[in-house]
Amino acid sequence: MIEKTPWLNVLTHAILLLGLAVAFVPMYLVFVAATLTLAQINTPPISVIPGTHLIENLVAAWHRADLGWKLVNSLVMSLAVAGGKIALSSITAYGIVFFRFPGRMLVFWMIFITLMLPLEVRIVPTYAVAANALSPVQELLDVTGLTGLIASVTGTTIALNWNLLNSYTGLVLPLIATATGTFLYRQFFMTIPDELFEASRMDGAGPIRFFREILLPLSTTNMIALFTIMFLYAWNQYLWPLLITTDREHFGTAVTALRLLIPSIGDSTGGEVPDWNIAMAGCLIVITPPLIVVALLQRFFIRGLIATDK
Amino acid sequence: MERRVHYKVVWLGVALIVPQLLLVLTFFYWPAGAAIYWGFTLQQPWGGGNTWAGFDNFTAIFSDSAYWDAVVRSFVFAFAATALAMIGAGVLALFCDRQLRFHTKVRTGLIWPYAVAAPAAAVAFRFLFAPEAGVLAGLAKAHPDWWNPAQNGFDAMIMIIVTYSWKYLAYNFIFFIAGLQAIPRALVEAAAMDGAGPLRRMRDLQMPLLAPTFFFLLVINLTDSFVDSFGIIDITTAGGPSKATELMVYKIYFDGFRGLDYSGAAAQSIVLMGLIMVLTVVQFRYIERRVHYK
Repeated sequence: MIEKTPWLNVLTHAILLLGLAVAFVPMYLVFVAATLTLAQINTPPISVIPGTHLIENLVAAWHRADLGWKLVNSLVMSLAVAGGKIALSSITAYGIVFFRFPGRMLVFWMIFITLMLPLEVRIVPTYAVAANALSPVQELLDVTGLTGLIASVTGTTIALNWNLLNSYTGLVLPLIATATGTFLYRQFFMTIPDELFEASRMDGAGPIRFFREILLPLSTTNMIALFTIMFLYAWNQYLWPLLITTDREHFGTAVTALRLLIPSIGDSTGGEVPDWNIAMAGCLIVITPPLIVVALLQRFFIRGLIATDK
Repeated sequence: MERRVHYKVVWLGVALIVPQLLLVLTFFYWPAGAAIYWGFTLQQPWGGGNTWAGFDNFTAIFSDSAYWDAVVRSFVFAFAATALAMIGAGVLALFCDRQLRFHTKVRTGLIWPYAVAAPAAAVAFRFLFAPEAGVLAGLAKAHPDWWNPAQNGFDAMIMIIVTYSWKYLAYNFIFFIAGLQAIPRALVEAAAMDGAGPLRRMRDLQMPLLAPTFFFLLVINLTDSFVDSFGIIDITTAGGPSKATELMVYKIYFDGFRGLDYSGAAAQSIVLMGLIMVLTVVQFRYIERRVHYK
């Protein structure tokens, strides 16, 4: 806007600078803390000049929390969640938008309602399901009396068991079982002109070919946006990985590993004082991968966030 | 809502939606149903037998003052954190949208905290607020007991509110900026021609037009604060000191997995589900006005 408002401009810059300070100063202080020795940290006032021990603190955090392996786990889990979500939500949305079959709207609403309840509020029973993912089927068989019937006919008792604890499947599946991406794709498919659909059909493309060669390429932007959002969502998960991985050595994720670097504060006393320098170094390692994703895909990140979180 | 043309291959359409339907049934509806079932029965912690309890579990939690304390704390946390994160983000977005020099760099500089995992932010802020080493260490050493989140419940609450707001400031900022960019430039220019200065335009034009974004964010922030606070609390305070930061989600986790009181935890889950569903229904009403397919 072309107008002269020198004082207001100064105020504007001051406010924005303050905002930037709020965003950056805490993380800068964390960085500085990660470069000091424990003795230096525990002598107030807090230091604002970086020290020289960054590398050794990073190495210490790396070993103490076994971060190498946990970063791999986090990466596998995040890529699986992001990829699985894209695959699943695109085909589901395709089925809902481009096909007609009985119960279509019921399915639509059933998936839609999952937006309402985040994993955290139904955590206890979800954990029970993960302990045996086939328990719903088993109970249905028991209740309908099919178990007894089959046992009397074939002589074998059915005891279905599929334990998802301590597995990548268990980490990933419950995080995919939501409606987020499905709606992003649905909204996108609704904007595809009928003419495109008819033209492809006239040229002899079947449903699968139309999906693969026309819809998917058109939805690349959507796909990347959804990818960044789901990657972040999965990487930053805490409660679910904490519960489902009792074998932390093999299946722990990077974010849950933060717990190993900082003793619980305890209820009554302050407990022991953590090795702040090493905890901060670990914190820096854990937050870096999502920050890289956001830095590289900022445009898609913003787009995805606004489109999925309606 | 409906497409005019579509495929008539019924089996393929069904096959396409079956995978997600199975996932949603197994990991959403079954657990949600189980929560309701457990809420109305008395569950043995190690499986094996349960008895119908009617509303006993609910009466038990509602007559428990510890539960109500957790509810009150959750609301204090929700409203304080939401207010802090939304007002801060709104002001920043309005001024950033004046598009003075460097505004795109400022924008980038303000959004990244949302990518930081809440528990990681919690590790950082637990350090920054630590009485022996953080930013307040000097003051805390000079006046012991003046600041100590490990022992003082009020300080602990401030710590988790600040941590949560720090992350959601970035989140809200992204949405406010998007909302401001959706306001037609011509409208703002017309107001400027009529002699409205930047502040006047913010107050009488941009802020009213941001109302849908505002209400949307209000609901999302409140909902997320009930849910997303778990990691922060677990890392910083573990619900302490003396349960001063034990919010509803943390209590569910604690009663369910540590106390093995599945029925009580399930009843609490149902109450929280109800609360979040009410908020979501409110939210959908606003979405209806925001999103247009055609």
